[in-house]
Parts: sequence; structure tokens; C-alpha cells
Amino acid sequence: MLRLPGFRVASPTTIAEAVAALAEPGARPIAGGTDLLPNLKHRLGAPTVLVQLSRLPLRDVEVRAGALCIGAGAVLADLAEHPLVRAHAPSLARAAGLVAGPTLRNLGTLGGNLHLDTRCRYVNQTPLWREALGGCLKSHGDRCHVVPGGQTCVAALSSDCAPALVALDATLTLHGPAGARTVALADYYCADGTAHTGRAAGELATEIRVPLAPGPRRETYVKWTVRKSIDFPLISIAMRFDLADDAVAAPIVAARVVVGALASTPKLVRKLDALRGQRLDDPATADAIAAQVGAQCKPLPNLPYDADYRRAVLPVHVRRGIAALVAAGENHG
Amino acid sequence: MTTPPDQGELTVRFLLNGEPVAVAVPPHWTLLEVLRYRLDLIGTKQGCDKGDCGACTVQLDGKAVPSCLVLGSAVDGRAVTTVEGLRGPTLHPLFDAFDHAVAAQCGFCTPGIVMAAEAYLRRLGRPVTRAEAAAALAGNLCRCTGYTKILDAVVAASERLHGAGGG
Repeated sequence: MLRLPGFRVASPTTIAEAVAALAEPGARPIAGGTDLLPNLKHRLGAPTVLVQLSRLPLRDVEVRAGALCIGAGAVLADLAEHPLVRAHAPSLARAAGLVAGPTLRNLGTLGGNLHLDTRCRYVNQTPLWREALGGCLKSHGDRCHVVPGGQTCVAALSSDCAPALVALDATLTLHGPAGARTVALADYYCADGTAHTGRAAGELATEIRVPLAPGPRRETYVKWTVRKSIDFPLISIAMRFDLADDAVAAPIVAARVVVGALASTPKLVRKLDALRGQRLDDPATADAIAAQVGAQCKPLPNLPYDADYRRAVLPVHVRRGIAALVAAGENHG
Repeated sequence: MTTPPDQGELTVRFLLNGEPVAVAVPPHWTLLEVLRYRLDLIGTKQGCDKGDCGACTVQLDGKAVPSCLVLGSAVDGRAVTTVEGLRGPTLHPLFDAFDHAVAAQCGFCTPGIVMAAEAYLRRLGRPVTRAEAAAALAGNLCRCTGYTKILDAVVAASERLHGAGGG
């Protein structure tokens, strides 16, 4: 039996009330609670007040001003099936539908998924287990068990939606005491597993915006886990290809590949400019992308699975994801 | 908006299996704890307590959720249905089908699976395929049966509820 530590709860009904409640020292926001509550049950964090976001009017999904606009409180199960999300951001719909299992997707929200705490095999354990090892950078200690001698926490961001949204050039709007600000999600995450988002303590994420595609596009999200449900990703790849016309074999105009579940930031794969003019159905294209992913992304022994295996199969899953896009042909989205 | 330094217990009012209830709960108790230890509804099982196993699945506003990951205070004004809520003048087709298929062995996962299945079948409104049933129950672990008889039972119940071959 895992009990929660003591805390108070606030249940604001407006964004202004929520921001005011979050100003209290030790306050933390709780959306679906599917990540925060298990962590608190393992005594990872000790908030004095949980600010419940479920009563805020943040669930709308609409197309506005050239962008798909999604309230941070939109529930993952709804996003996975939402006609606008499936039409304008099919890789996000796919990622949302692959988070955890069906019952957790009925609680979890998009804002919550983007703010999952980072995970590590040395952190997401019972307090007794962690203390037996002397703690670590993220858990009452001063060393890293993943990277011996490491001074920066490399716990992994295990969000399925974050890589998909970074690949789609999404932005995130936050409300705080000083008003609202909007940041590119690609710039939002920091390379420190103990403080991995750009959210200031009193801020509240309110809206995610995905710019509508300027032209024909293919996009996908690839997730691999040991079990086919429930698990956090062990391999996580978002890919987006803007094409010259709507045939899957059309020349590539732009490509964006983002890999998740490595360390605390989604990793944008670089050196893909040579793909311009290449075609997705040409095996050399998949080989070139897989080679860049393999060269630039090195899974660490921070997740509960063999890191060497994850390194070896990462390029394989890139090829499979592209093969699935090609096989789908014109029946995409 | 400020919260008092000592909040004490909160009075939470919600619809429980169709009946309005008001119950005092500590702010850090989960819905699962409220159901089992304040309301004596022990049909909902306490398994992993961290959202992995599905034994504590109940319905919140008609949708299947793990009650170990819902704060008791969060259900204020909402509708909660537990396995006890499927009791009626006649045996619910899911209970009957689980019995006929011998789909429960130790029985610990059964209430959660029944609640997840009921929510899915109600929403689907037609007989379910085996693959659909398996996907809908992907958040519920069973360590006894190997799932074969559970899926047999859910498919059979859906045919009873919505007519075999119909829809």
C-alpha cells in the first residue's frame, strides 16, 4: 500500500485563481495526476499545496489563426480521437494514443504529458531502494549512477507528446504573475534532469499551438516498449516530412526528426539538409536518416532496459517508421 | 486564492453509484482510499497503487480511470461508479458472462476489468471484436488467466448487450 504524503489542495476555477494559488511557496500544479501522484507516493517531492487544474477552462481544441490550438487541460484519450488533431497533427494524435494505457489516458492531459517529471532507473524507486544506493543528483544525493562522475542529471524525459510537438514546431503558452508568454517547445526543455522545463515556479501552462502545415506532409511517431501498453517509452521518435506534392514518393522539401527518452530534452536530429529533394520511398533516404539518428543519439543506461540494445535498435525503428509512412501511401493521417 | 494552513478534512459531494453522497476526506487521500476506507466499498481492489495494474479501476463520469491516481477531493460534483454499482434486479451480462466463461480465477483483477469493459461496451454500442476488447483492457493486468477467458467473456457479454451480429 502506497500512501500519499500530507498536503492541502486548492481547486481554482479560473486561470487567475490558479496563478494566485501557485504563488504560494511549496505549491505544485496537478492536472491528471498520473505522473505526480505515483512520484509523491514514492516521496519524490513534498508539496505543501496541490493546485488542481481540472476545473479550469483549458480543454478546447480548435483551429485559430493558422494553428491547431489545444488547451493544456485537454485529455489524452480525447486528443487521440479528435478529428481536428487527427487531421492537422496525426503524429500528435498517435503519440497521445500511445501514452500509458487506456485508463490513464482518460485522466492524463496534454499539458501534464509535456511536464512529466524526468525518469531514471535510479530515481523511480522506493525511498529505501534509493537510500540504499546513497541517493543521486535527483534524489537526495550528490552523484550520478548513470554517468559515473557526471555533474548533471541525465534522467530521461519520457513524454510521448513532447517529441511529436517539437517536430511540428509547436509553441507553448504559459500564464504567470507577470502575464502570459509563449515559447517554442524546441527551446523549452533544459539539459538538467532535476529542473528540465522552462516553467517558472508560479507559472501555469495553458495552451499548445501547432502551426498548420504549409503544404503536403507526412508525419509519424514511433514508440517501442517491452509491453505493448502501460509502459513509458524506451524508444521514442517523431518524424515529419514536408513534401513537394501529396504523393508519398514526392520530393522532400523539409525534414524534422526528434528523438525522445534519451536524457532530459527531446533531441532534434541535425544534418538532415541533404534530404531535400530525396524521396521517402527511396531506401537510401531511410538509411541516411537512420545513420544520422544512430550517430547523434546515444541512449543511456538511465531507463529500465539495456542501453546497448536501445542504441542498436534506435535506427531500426527509424527505418520501420518511414516504411510504415511509405506503406500507408496516400492513406495518411 | 489561498488555502488555510491546516485544511482538516474536506467535505466532498458526489454521485456514487447513482446516489448522492457527502463524505469527509483528508486532502491527501485518493478516491480508492475514500471508497475502501470511508465508504466500505471494498469491491474496488488496491493493487499496485501507482496506476500500473488496473485493479482499482472505477468509472468517473462514465470513463474508466484508476482510482488510486485520483484525489478524493477531485470527484466533488462528479459521478463515480464502482463495481457495486452494476448490481441490479437481474445479473449484469458482464457478471453472467464472466461466470459462464470461468473468466475469474483469483478474482482480484475482475472488478477493475469489469468496470473498464463496461465503460468501453457502453460507449461502443455494438458487439465488440476480440482485438477491440484486448485494446480496451490494455490497462488491466491479470496474473492468473492469460486473458483468453476474460476476452471470451467480454465478447459474449457485448453480444448479449448489443445483439450478436448486429450493429
